[in-house]
Amino acid sequence: MSTEVVVVPTGTANTASVLAAFRRLGANPRLAGPSDDLRRIDRLVLPGVGAFAPAMEQIDAHAWRDALVTRIDEGRPTLAICLGMHLLCAKSEENPETDGLGVVPATVTRFPVGVSVPQLGWNQVEPGPDCRFLEPGWAYFANSYRLDSVPDGWKGARTSHGGSFFSAIERDGVLGCQFHPELSGTWGACLLDRWLDNTGRKA
Amino acid sequence: MLAPRLIPCLDIKDGRVVKGVRFQNLRDAGDPVYQASIYQDQGADEIVILDISATPEGRGHAVETTSKVRQVLSIPLTVGGGVREVDDVAMLLEAGADKVAVNTAAVERPELLSELAAQFGSQCTVVAVDAAERARVGWEVVVNGGRTRTGLDVEGWVDSAVALGAGEILLTSWDRDGTRSGYDLDLIAAVTSAVSVPVIASGGADSSRHLSEALRHGASAVLIASILHDGETTVATLKRELLTTGQEVRP
Repeated sequence: MSTEVVVVPTGTANTASVLAAFRRLGANPRLAGPSDDLRRIDRLVLPGVGAFAPAMEQIDAHAWRDALVTRIDEGRPTLAICLGMHLLCAKSEENPETDGLGVVPATVTRFPVGVSVPQLGWNQVEPGPDCRFLEPGWAYFANSYRLDSVPDGWKGARTSHGGSFFSAIERDGVLGCQFHPELSGTWGACLLDRWLDNTGRKA
Repeated sequence: MLAPRLIPCLDIKDGRVVKGVRFQNLRDAGDPVYQASIYQDQGADEIVILDISATPEGRGHAVETTSKVRQVLSIPLTVGGGVREVDDVAMLLEAGADKVAVNTAAVERPELLSELAAQFGSQCTVVAVDAAERARVGWEVVVNGGRTRTGLDVEGWVDSAVALGAGEILLTSWDRDGTRSGYDLDLIAAVTSAVSVPVIASGGADSSRHLSEALRHGASAVLIASILHDGETTVATLKRELLTTGQEVRP
């Protein structure tokens, strides 16, 4: 039996790319439906393209907030991509009135004036020494907002674009990526594979 | 630091890759899925597919091609050509495009760019601009595959397109397309100083020297087609040549 991966439809995400990436790894990906209990799913992906507020509205419209917060607090295998990583945070400057899931007590901020926004293209990811899933390499980014601090308990990788920011965070089975692992070539595929295995290189 | 991107471009007609000079005299250049995966293996940073089918039936293949290419591609995919409405973009994104390029439709109805940026985000919204040299000075936007001159000034148009929500510019020199005489460097410099979003330079590449010139003149990415389709060089070779001249690229 191949590993089942359930992708949360957050609205306008590039779900086709995410599904295709997991299929290439031999997993069995599908979109979440109304009968799914997101807390108990083995491997869950929170993808994201688009804006913070509409994506949170989608999550609340399906009453998924509590299940997501609980599973992430429990450290169950959850992959949050790009905007999905922002949704883990408490707030985002993109839509200041909207509350995120808040499992990462931080505010997502816009890149400073003077750097090219959106950041579109390949940039280098440099993980901290204690990361389990993340390895150094080149990743594909498409973002205008980013996380510039990481709270206690989370391990992070850094990338430079108008100064250093956190391009990925991890804690237990939870991995948040500002970049798109599904679009980051072989390096990205290997990262997805390590997350699927939930072993990590130092497990 | 962001690495500059080398982007092979596949022009698609009725589901097949074609290549011509100034959009004319089209030759068959292969199967899009096969070509895209070859370029990915060579180290391409992204793939652009432009559908140049003249008929609605031909354009119907674009969604199918996007979906097939997506299955093999683990790098970003931008699709353009014949996109008229928000619904066209939704279909291409659903099929597996990461970004969609609009050209003629945006010139005819610029609000389309705002609608796309609002619904899908600026990072998905690429404006493709075909620029033709004016007799005296500057460049003019041409549409419908170069058949229609719009009278629009290129710098003015890209500036409005970005204000409306375009997150990237695919800038093609109509005069250089397929000619292999080098990118129009003055055009690249003029457009990159007019806007702060990334600019993909297109039209005229024949060597790594041309790519390096375009990057030095402000382009964030370079589109390459003819020299790859004819098998004269590879993305890997071009990247190696750029590295030896001190130009950083993703290895």
